Amino acid sequence: MEHQPPPFFRTGPSPLARLLIFSTLALALIVADARLKYLDTLRQVASVIIYPLQRIAGAPASIAQRASEFFTSSSALRTENARLAQETLNSAAQLQQLAALATENEHLRKLVDTRARVPARTSLAEILYAARDPFSRKIVIDQGSQNDVLPGQPVIDGAGVVGQVTRVYPWLSEVTLITDKGHLVPVLNPRNGLRAVLAGTGNDGALELKFVPLNAEFENGDQLVTSGIDGVYPAGLPVAQVVNVERNAAFLFARIVCKPLAGVNNHKQVLVVHADQTLPERPAEQEEKRAPVAKKGRRGGGGG
Amino acid sequence: MEILARHEILLPVRPAFIVFTLVTAVLLNMLLGWAAWLRPDFVALVVLYWCIQQPRRVGFTAAFSLGLLMDVAEGTLFGQHALAYSILAFAGIALHRRVRQFSLTEQVVHVIPLLIANDLIVVGIRLLAGADFPGYRYFVGSLLAGALWPVVSVLLKLPQRPRADPDHV
Repeated sequence: MEHQPPPFFRTGPSPLARLLIFSTLALALIVADARLKYLDTLRQVASVIIYPLQRIAGAPASIAQRASEFFTSSSALRTENARLAQETLNSAAQLQQLAALATENEHLRKLVDTRARVPARTSLAEILYAARDPFSRKIVIDQGSQNDVLPGQPVIDGAGVVGQVTRVYPWLSEVTLITDKGHLVPVLNPRNGLRAVLAGTGNDGALELKFVPLNAEFENGDQLVTSGIDGVYPAGLPVAQVVNVERNAAFLFARIVCKPLAGVNNHKQVLVVHADQTLPERPAEQEEKRAPVAKKGRRGGGGG
Repeated sequence: MEILARHEILLPVRPAFIVFTLVTAVLLNMLLGWAAWLRPDFVALVVLYWCIQQPRRVGFTAAFSLGLLMDVAEGTLFGQHALAYSILAFAGIALHRRVRQFSLTEQVVHVIPLLIANDLIVVGIRLLAGADFPGYRYFVGSLLAGALWPVVSVLLKLPQRPRADPDHV
């Protein structure tokens, strides 16, 4: 055994030993979070600690906005007022038609005995800051589980769908934008009723329609709305506009690039849609009946 | 330039000031606008500064817990920043005697590789977890942080500088 003189200062374990301890702990946390999803309580605790800072982070932008509102010129206000009056007139005409259509629709729905559509409740939320993580597109808003926000609720702005609440803290929640890589929105082309899946690409301002056959009829300028078949997004919210359709016979699917309609980077406020997520029960019996059939099919495929 | 002098006798640092700078760094990380790839990681920069200047006061515990807070604030994998900052703290503590021998501009050459290594750890973890490579411009933030090192060093050293004696001739 090597004998060392006692140290002058007691400093605890050596830096290397500490590094090993802390990195093992961090790796354990990473694995537990990525694979097992155990750490939600720990996250909640840390979120309460950091909450005041997150509120402060949102403050300068709102102060700047208030200052710029204060200095708005009267001519700008007058033009805006004229524009708004014009818009009110236009929408009043549409609204009158809408009321008639809504009653007619309700009547027809009763006739075919379907579930009446519940008007979705929305609540206004302010964007506090955008996450610095380059691997994802996320924003943090100032509404949390205390304001009845639930994971999975869609977030919209005046123009269209912004994203989806993915993680809820007591007073804040994280919203994954539709431009996030790996975020999918089932959409519908109202022009011809074609359904497709809209996927984020990871860069702002570009979305891609996935798995659309070459001959599917999508054209530049088509507006895509949510189809509502996922049970997450209410049907009929505008999502994106087709900007480029590329049909190359070498590939199985057409490459369709879309532009999101919601301007997340320009706004300070968004709406959280408290949509009623009562889906019909999964038909359990039918599935059991279908399972052996599927097995047989697979076996047949393996033998052939 | 007296302010850039290599060896000067400084007053002992106040723990409250260290906490204040670390909290400010977390705030700055959340503050700046939308150009995510341009934002320097202020927490990494300040943690590295204190690990080099005060290795017995700021070390692994501070780096690790700040990393966890950043993970929550940015919604990333829980522990990814904690691991990166712990390794950064180790590098700072291991190199603190060497780095302090150099002038501020020469220290930048030491700091930039450490910050880029910090980024590489984060990228490595995310690639293992299944993300795509975000492109080389991701590292621009670290170069900027390195360029900010002299400014940060001078600013953080200000409260420790002894006040000039008015009676001194």
